[in-house]
Amino acid sequence: MSEKSLSEQLTSQFGDAVRSGDPEAIDQWIEVDADRLLEVCEMLKAAEDLQLDMLNCITAVDYLHTDPKKAEKADWDPHMEVVYHLSSIHFKHTLVLKVKVDRWKDGKEGELPVIPSVAGIWRTADWHEREVFDLSGVEFSGHPDLRRILCPEDWVGYPLRKDYELPLQYHGIRGR
Amino acid sequence: MATKTDDQRIIEFDVRTDEMLVNMGPQHPSTHGVLRLVLRTDGEIVSQVEPHIGYLHRCAEKIGENLTPRQWIPYTDRMDYLAGMNMNLGWALVVEKLLEHQISDKARHLRVVISELNRIASHLVGMGAYGLDLGTFSPFLYAFREREKILDLFEDVCGARLTYSYLTPGGATADLPPGWLQRCEQFLDQFEPIIPEYHALLTTNAIFIKRTASIGVISPELAISYGCTGPVLRGSGVEHDLRFNGEEIYTEMYDGYVFEVVCEKDGHYPADEDYPDVPSEAVLGDCWHRFYVRMLEVIQSIKLVRQAMERYSTATGDHGVPIKFNQKLPKGEAYLETEAPRGQMGFYLVSDGTAIPWRARARSSCFCNLSITAEICQNCLIADIPAIVGSLDVVMGEIDR
Amino acid sequence: MAEFINGIVGLEGATFGYVVAALVHCVLLLHVVAVGALIFIWLERKVSGRIQDRLGPTRVGGKFGWLQTLADGIKLIAKEDVTPDGADRMLFKLAPYISFAASFAAFLALPFADGWVANNINSAVFFVLAVLGLEVFGVILAGYASGSKWSLFGAMREAAQVVSYEIPLGLCVVVPVFLAGTMNLVTIGNMQAGWLSNWFVFHDPFTFCIFWIFFTCATASVNRAPFDLAEAESELVAGFHTEYSGLRWSFFFMAEYGSMFLVSGLGAILFFGGWNGPVPIMHIIGWADSGGLTGYLANLAGCVNFMLKATVGVTVMIWIRWTLPRLRIDQVITTCLKYCVPLASACFLGALCWEVLDIWSPNHLHLGSKPAHQVNEDWATVPRFPELTNPGIPESGDVYENGPPEMPAEPGPESVDGDTAAVERASDHQLFTSSRQEDSP
Repeated sequence: MSEKSLSEQLTSQFGDAVRSGDPEAIDQWIEVDADRLLEVCEMLKAAEDLQLDMLNCITAVDYLHTDPKKAEKADWDPHMEVVYHLSSIHFKHTLVLKVKVDRWKDGKEGELPVIPSVAGIWRTADWHEREVFDLSGVEFSGHPDLRRILCPEDWVGYPLRKDYELPLQYHGIRGR
Repeated sequence: MATKTDDQRIIEFDVRTDEMLVNMGPQHPSTHGVLRLVLRTDGEIVSQVEPHIGYLHRCAEKIGENLTPRQWIPYTDRMDYLAGMNMNLGWALVVEKLLEHQISDKARHLRVVISELNRIASHLVGMGAYGLDLGTFSPFLYAFREREKILDLFEDVCGARLTYSYLTPGGATADLPPGWLQRCEQFLDQFEPIIPEYHALLTTNAIFIKRTASIGVISPELAISYGCTGPVLRGSGVEHDLRFNGEEIYTEMYDGYVFEVVCEKDGHYPADEDYPDVPSEAVLGDCWHRFYVRMLEVIQSIKLVRQAMERYSTATGDHGVPIKFNQKLPKGEAYLETEAPRGQMGFYLVSDGTAIPWRARARSSCFCNLSITAEICQNCLIADIPAIVGSLDVVMGEIDR
Repeated sequence: MAEFINGIVGLEGATFGYVVAALVHCVLLLHVVAVGALIFIWLERKVSGRIQDRLGPTRVGGKFGWLQTLADGIKLIAKEDVTPDGADRMLFKLAPYISFAASFAAFLALPFADGWVANNINSAVFFVLAVLGLEVFGVILAGYASGSKWSLFGAMREAAQVVSYEIPLGLCVVVPVFLAGTMNLVTIGNMQAGWLSNWFVFHDPFTFCIFWIFFTCATASVNRAPFDLAEAESELVAGFHTEYSGLRWSFFFMAEYGSMFLVSGLGAILFFGGWNGPVPIMHIIGWADSGGLTGYLANLAGCVNFMLKATVGVTVMIWIRWTLPRLRIDQVITTCLKYCVPLASACFLGALCWEVLDIWSPNHLHLGSKPAHQVNEDWATVPRFPELTNPGIPESGDVYENGPPEMPAEPGPESVDGDTAAVERASDHQLFTSSRQEDSP
């Protein structure tokens, strides 16, 4: 499976849902719009020549420089990327899917960005999305049971965000 | 964790008389590590299991954003602490993938020796602890007796028995000490004939079969959908092993080695040795098959170690000098999964061009394996819960990171 | 013994002697149970250590660590007395004692040698089984009163298990009872005197099988692995005794080891001749049946023999525990109802037919012993099989100071009427006859 044919295939099917891609990267990736994510994923799983039936990992990467000097030099605006690593048991090939969202929904601090949940397509997304929600603060619409998984239920904040600060205390235990 | 009074569901259920809400763990002799299972039971029959994790969460991923890759190696040790070498290997390989760094043949063979020995040690724990879950204490001690010898070998190599930090990006921190290969061979020669003892005590034991056959059956589609990998996946009959099917930077390590993927094909397991037969009560995808896959993988690993030791002694090159501590990583990202004893362990490294990664993510095999518990533990007996969770062979350090 | 004490004090027939006798018996049995538990716990640790390729206790009390249990006992006594918050306090404190009391009470009817029994109950077999079943009360109370769901689970499992296994246990026990014709354990033991061919376990193949079923059911009813899910560590922490610590917990343990010794001892008496060894040494050297010191020593040897047999049984239970995994509760009950009960019933019928049809058995050889049908309970005035024997003087137990009691008129040339000649003849035991005495009336 070459990246080009996949890009062509996806573009012809979904048009501008496929925003960009990098076939030359070490792990070829394509970027998809958040709204069209479900369609694309369903196709990726069901397509005869792809059969990407295993979702290996969902990661959220927070692109934000807390240091303003570095922020100036960066060639990207602050955003959050949710990265899906897919693979096929049958064909033994892999694909990386990226969804870029704002760090806060509509720019309002505290409002989490929303992406549709793929838990209906790959059951493993259930726990991975809970982890992304817990640690990076991305909400997944349509998720069966979105709550914190690694941090305690009453934890405040999203630890893996770059601007996260440990609370001063948690139930009497000193934080920082 | 939420206190009892805060969780309304618990209060509501304590008042009911038809169902019991029972808590297993986090301190419990048989949940492998700090795992909390909340069972909704009607007498002995469990209608729902809800695993709660996070008791061992140390947020290693956040720490990975503050340390160079070589400095982060000890954190990978502590994820799956029973297979530390394999964790180190996964991270080392992904860094080498990003750096496009080539290592010598000798280092490659060294890595095979070490990681396969650790696979044996890890499966011994899995097997012994499984017996412990089911009530037989002796195989646990026999397994640990053998594991002690492997740990002694590892202590000779890197000075540590559990948290090795030995395999690093670039190769390994040091070469094998003199005489180590002979000691390793002595161990293998002594260990291989003892394996039928374990088969007699566990695999073919009638009571063990009664407790594990047809329990916790996972179909192949369910396993793939839940992201289960490793012996859990192969125990369901899916022939998938990253040492054969993975990315090239990983499979080239096993280039030219003769070994089999342990998976049932047409009702048979790889028959290059004399193995006990599959009992008639066992169904593909049940606990017994997962356990059996691990037992057979030990034998394949022994073969691999022998071959690797031979190749190592005849290979040229250095043992793999580690990269510089402050090695600048090229801008970009890399993801790599390796076949750890418990499944496919993945590492994702995003770099912005400096020596310190932008994002270091560990994809844990047991995380996905454990998520299937809620699905397969429906309508089983309480006594089956340790049997099922034990067959998944989870280590909480890896799940919580 | 009561009369003996009364005789010393000089009060004939007073309750004082009986009370003191009872106390002495209790103290002796308490020693047996307590010291036995001490030894068996040490044995368990040593045997399990060896099975697991390690040593076991090696420090306390010399190289073999035989005082380890004593040290543990002292530690347990010194522990803090903790009662959980939600526990029913009175029942919580009562439960271990009930368990221990049931286990101990069954010892009252267990003979250690000929006549050496606290209370020579005529229906001893029935008594022992019944009292042993009371142990489950303590367990249920412990589970319920602990106020923890885990303990409750363990208790309920145990109740189901013990009650279910009483059925096949009873069936197994009935076989030697009908072979002997009496429930009196002393008599059953005496009937197996002589060489090991007299043992009931060798009577017929069915009885041989019944012994193994008995052993399995006995292991189940004392909650030893592979039937120990009441205390399944890996699932329920410690089952019904999760919340117990210190001395209360050690009472449960003593009850468990006491019960193990008891059922092994019961098996030894019913099947393996009790205090009669494979080789009748004491009879050969003539000490058995002689009065005075040598008779006492012979009985002592028999007692040691009996304890050794019971210890072998306990050791086999320990061995099995550390080898096999645990069965699930539904599998335990399945084993009982679908395997043990039908097997026991079939073997029971087989043994019954063997006996009724009078098929030959090694027991019929009567090697080195009085024929079994001549052995009577100590209170018996009338022989049990008058058509087979001389109207008998009671063989074991008491000595009649005024001669044997009046006999009813019996047909036959050798009817005895209380003269000393008959007493001598009856006590001439014809030790080495191998022919069966088929005297015609």
